[in-house]
Amino acid sequence: MRIVMPFIIVVGLALTAWAGWAIHLQGFFGVLVPYAAALIFVAGFCKKVVDWAKSPVPFKIPTTAGQQKSLPWIKHSNIESPFTTGQVIIRMFFEVFFFRSLFRNLKGELRSGPSLIYGPTKWLWFSAILFHYGFLLVILHHLRLAIHPVPCCVDLIDKVDSMFQIGAPPIYLSGFILLLGVTALFLRRILIPQVRYISLVNDYFPLFLIMGIVISGMLMRYVIRTDIVGVKALIMGLVTFHPVVPDGIGAIFYIHLFLVCCLFAYFPFSKLMHMGGVFMSPTRNLPNNNRAERHVNPWDPKVKLHTYEEWVEDYRDKLEEAQIPID
Amino acid sequence: MYDSGKVIIGLVIFVAIATFPFWFGMGKAAPMPEPQLPKGKKECVESKEFMRSTHMQLLNEWRDQALRDGDRTYVNHEGKKIWISLQNTCMKCHDNKEVFCDKCHIYANVKPYCWDCHFIPKESKQWN
Repeated sequence: MRIVMPFIIVVGLALTAWAGWAIHLQGFFGVLVPYAAALIFVAGFCKKVVDWAKSPVPFKIPTTAGQQKSLPWIKHSNIESPFTTGQVIIRMFFEVFFFRSLFRNLKGELRSGPSLIYGPTKWLWFSAILFHYGFLLVILHHLRLAIHPVPCCVDLIDKVDSMFQIGAPPIYLSGFILLLGVTALFLRRILIPQVRYISLVNDYFPLFLIMGIVISGMLMRYVIRTDIVGVKALIMGLVTFHPVVPDGIGAIFYIHLFLVCCLFAYFPFSKLMHMGGVFMSPTRNLPNNNRAERHVNPWDPKVKLHTYEEWVEDYRDKLEEAQIPID
Repeated sequence: MYDSGKVIIGLVIFVAIATFPFWFGMGKAAPMPEPQLPKGKKECVESKEFMRSTHMQLLNEWRDQALRDGDRTYVNHEGKKIWISLQNTCMKCHDNKEVFCDKCHIYANVKPYCWDCHFIPKESKQWN
């Protein structure tokens, strides 16, 4: 049920766009929905980040996986247990661009003997790399439809992406890399019993949605062609705030666009917010220097201090009477 | 808000990247391309809609069929037989690359590699 329901929702979304196209609601699905989705995405994303920034961090809680800075003759693990802001930045860089924490993934296996052994397992890391970088390239080569004139860096990405020159229009490698990545991440959820047990609707839904986007996009490019010049005119109309809805754009485009809009509108309310969240994680963005620098809990109430010296002054006569030594 | 300076800088960068297409062109849309259709000709080898969306796949099939299989006869959806040749069939009517092909290709940033092998028609003096 947790797998079937999100699948049905995604199919339903695609059918909604198709029905909208069939009853000539191109203006709604081609103009209003994209604007609404873009607004929800940007505003929702910012609101979520501001909410996080408003939450106090009571303790310095970096998760570490190495020796902290200690005595000079003990080797300090710079990246695994950063001490300075610079080291935190290096750690974040590797986390954001190379998913370092996924690379550390371990798997325990019970072998006959019986012996329990732990070994590295890179499949999650590898799938995540394929998925994220595939998606990045896909978004970048879509820029040719959203900006004009097309800058040479987008042109270069296009060239590299279609370097095998298979077919016309040539196949984009990035689309297949993305499809491979998203499929691997989906298979991981259904094939590993422990992961399947903890997977919820909101884990499967984005996977199916992204699969739907990739499949509809590939169908549009390689199988059910539509008028690409009309598509660019529609998108250029959107980004210049002079929306136009050219005739003759096929249903497949509206299905693809609607699924993309759903992804963007869903983004701020979902686990996909890890895009912003990775920068906001106290377990990642704080240095492990608890013993060198005091971290003040921002929600600590202001305590009225009454020092030992003041206490001595308050009871000086009684203390002297009882002959208690005073310093 | 804690660390508001850093958070706001981050959000400004995010908004700038997310809205990139909106500010990149400064609100100026490129005019819709208007390829010049050959005068006095009414129909192409297939319907206008088919040619608009699928001409690249057709040309790709034609190349394979003509050069790899040696079969230069194409039967279109109306059952009409057509001689497969870019130079002698397509460019008999669409004789100017600059006012026809290039119009949409530049607009959609498409760079087909037709002219790696074929001669560009004389009207355009480029040999790229």
